[in-house]
Amino acid sequence: MEKALSPNQRKPRPVPRPRWRRYAPNPWVAGTVAIATLIALPVITVTSFIFVPAGEVWDHLVATVLQDYIVNSLILMAGVAAGTLIIGVSTAWLTTMCSFPGRRIFEWALLLPMAFPAYIIAYTYTGLLDFAGPVQTTLREWFAWSYGDYWFPEIRSIGGAIVMLSLVLYPYVYLLSRAAFLEQSSHAMDASRMLGCGPWRSFLLISLPSARPAIIAGLSLALMETLADYGTVQYFGVSNFTTGIFRTWFGLGDAAAAAQLSALLMTFVFTLIVIERWSRSRARYHMTGQRSTPLPTYRLRIGKTCLAWLACGLPLALGFLLPGGLLVSWSMATAAYVVDERFWQLVFNSITLAGSAALFALLLALYMAYSKRLTGGMGTNSAVRLAAMGYAIPGTVIAVGVMLPFGWFDNTIDAWARETFGVSTGLLLSGTLFAVMFAYMVRFLAVSLQTVEAGLCKIRPSMDETARSLGHRPFEVLGRIHLPLMRGSILTAILLVFVDVMKELPATLILRPFNFNTLAVRAYELATDERLMDASSAAVAIVAAGILPVILLSRSITLSRSAPQGRTAIAETGRLTAQPA
Amino acid sequence: MLLGVVLCVGPGQSATAEEVNLYSARKEELIKPLLDKFTAKTGIKVNLVTGSADALLKRLETEGKNTPADMFVTTDAGRLHRAKAAGVLQAISSPVLEKNIPAEFRDAKGYWFGLSLRARPIMYAKGRLDPAELSTYEALADAKWKGRICVRSSENIYNQSLVASMIVANGEEATEKWAEGLVHNLARPPRGGDEDQIKAAAAGQCDITIANTYYLGGMLHSRDPSERAAAEKIAIFWPNQKDRGVHVNVSGAGVTRWAPHRDTAVKLLEYLITDEAQEWYAQVNNEYPAKPGIPESPALIKAWGRFKADTISLSQLGEYNAAAVKLMDRAGWK
Repeated sequence: MEKALSPNQRKPRPVPRPRWRRYAPNPWVAGTVAIATLIALPVITVTSFIFVPAGEVWDHLVATVLQDYIVNSLILMAGVAAGTLIIGVSTAWLTTMCSFPGRRIFEWALLLPMAFPAYIIAYTYTGLLDFAGPVQTTLREWFAWSYGDYWFPEIRSIGGAIVMLSLVLYPYVYLLSRAAFLEQSSHAMDASRMLGCGPWRSFLLISLPSARPAIIAGLSLALMETLADYGTVQYFGVSNFTTGIFRTWFGLGDAAAAAQLSALLMTFVFTLIVIERWSRSRARYHMTGQRSTPLPTYRLRIGKTCLAWLACGLPLALGFLLPGGLLVSWSMATAAYVVDERFWQLVFNSITLAGSAALFALLLALYMAYSKRLTGGMGTNSAVRLAAMGYAIPGTVIAVGVMLPFGWFDNTIDAWARETFGVSTGLLLSGTLFAVMFAYMVRFLAVSLQTVEAGLCKIRPSMDETARSLGHRPFEVLGRIHLPLMRGSILTAILLVFVDVMKELPATLILRPFNFNTLAVRAYELATDERLMDASSAAVAIVAAGILPVILLSRSITLSRSAPQGRTAIAETGRLTAQPA
Repeated sequence: MLLGVVLCVGPGQSATAEEVNLYSARKEELIKPLLDKFTAKTGIKVNLVTGSADALLKRLETEGKNTPADMFVTTDAGRLHRAKAAGVLQAISSPVLEKNIPAEFRDAKGYWFGLSLRARPIMYAKGRLDPAELSTYEALADAKWKGRICVRSSENIYNQSLVASMIVANGEEATEKWAEGLVHNLARPPRGGDEDQIKAAAAGQCDITIANTYYLGGMLHSRDPSERAAAEKIAIFWPNQKDRGVHVNVSGAGVTRWAPHRDTAVKLLEYLITDEAQEWYAQVNNEYPAKPGIPESPALIKAWGRFKADTISLSQLGEYNAAAVKLMDRAGWK
């Protein structure tokens, strides 16, 4: 409280506060803590099972499979970290700092793989590269080989899972690091050039260190997605924490042991969050000077252009063009009987759901991030962290965490209403779209929050102070100063959540109301039924719906670079997320 | 806005119009057409949520006595047993169901009923071995099959049920030994679904697999010529014909304990066991009818031949599920 009020005490206000308000809880702090607690409820519910003793099953897990789970999860994380860093950072640097023909296209096209649900790409590649798939069959026919005569990488392995996840998750790193590179002051680059640094030295000494917080923010998003992935690892037979939780909970029927596994998983997540925070706190700098001068770019010669094409083209081809092309060709063959009136209903459901979830997550994120900026106390800080935990938890675990408190709430209200008024209220929340929406918030608020927070951090606090000293209230500062300045971050937050919700499966599957389907549900049901060709139309629609926002976003980034001098609104649109805070 | 959403899509509980609400682990494609037929016939509206059986069961539990669901549909007996044990089903006594469904395929007290059968025999690549070499599931642990068997992950309920049935038949110790032998004989670590095992056998990665028959049926009818070609290379061997019979599971359903439309739910169950519905299971998904005496209409099922099925009570599959999972963990069956 003390701290929260301090800015007001420093500066004389035009109208003195009424006495009672000085002692009332700060609405920002109270609201943020309330939202965070609500959002964290499912995670808390699941972890509370830890206190249920699970002796025998836990011993069994420790004796048999736990080591596998830990080792495989670590390998998976290390592999995906390496994969997304190499692809994401290198392509971001190439498209920002170098000029070569085709760069404009790569700038936005490199984001496209993000629209793919990981499990869809896994199914597609398995169909293609499996022992029985067309590639290996053709090879065998050409060279008259049979099984055992030749070596071919096994797609359904932990290595395969790393490649699949890296291909669809690198855009997180690309997006955030490119934004950070764009933000870099051209003066620093000029200086490094004048001091005789070549492109590589400038990259290593200037760009990389100052973009590090953004890179790590992107990486932590990618790794959290990795930890939460179930579809891919399950299909590839890689036993890790996620598959282990399911197996323990449902196969062994032991919720407590499963919760203990979840808790162990959460320590991984927590470590990630701590690392990310730590890396940010060590580099705290805000917008400095004018950055409307175009960044100096390195013009590439023929040879290097080819290399740049290769570096940017390969992830694009493998992560989007190839699987996308396959899916489109399959859907052409099957669309005639798959695409009907029901299909368009699915498209409508998915888009409305994803759109409203994205907007709602943005509102919550804005409120929380702004409240953190205003008050900055321990309470709000840890509340904001708490609310972000859900991102790395598998959707099914979240869904169960949503169901338990909602079911309890509904039944309690119902019992009370029956007793008091003799009417049954039935289920108010369970089995409604509200429950689905809530689960999305639990799962994806972190994405919105991370993006908005990063955008807000870039704005110098002195601006707030100036505005406040001129008599603006916090909400006015937010509306008139901050929102216009962070349009880019806001757009990104909407885009990321939209695409994530379009792809989301397990929570939607379990929590949705009767007769309500989405594209992801449809694609998944057909794909797990091993009817990949029939699933392709729904998959194509998911990807297509994700492409449009991707292109819009990336256009606004590009515009920001070519904007004329001065602080135009367009230039600000491009100030993307996760700038060093 | 959210309130609006809640109000618009509240769980349909109005008791005026005749309707019935389903939580189904059978995917929409594999149940909706049948439900549409039921609606056309009776005018009763059927509302559907599909999802994984475990998750839907959890949903039933948390919704408690206010659940809108009348019926819980699964694709295996183990989960039906789990639902019964969790106390979310109610006993139904219906002469129609009891007459038409053999006792081993339903719960003794009427908590759940099997509606279609799924056999899980041995399949082998034609020409690469003499079917006379095959005999029982147990014999697959024999060292002579080293490097010649593919099987999917122990995560899968069909494998968990198979192992549970073997625990019932042979005891835990013998079954664990068997599982170790089987794992030792695997040509590759378990991965993918049943169809992937069939494809691997067709392509020569292994010679033998264990899979549900309707997967093979689906491949034989596939629109993808390469799938059809792969399936043509595979034949079915019915194991354990001299003793307990081949392992079968059911896809079935039970009426929920707090069902708001109990009577319509029973009506739907009774419809699902009519000849018309039973034939549909076979026609559309190559499953075996649960009701005896239904003509095996698709030529395919006829061509696979008749077989003797294991007659252990399917409830036991559920009872021994956890034991089966642990045993497979210990045996290193991934």
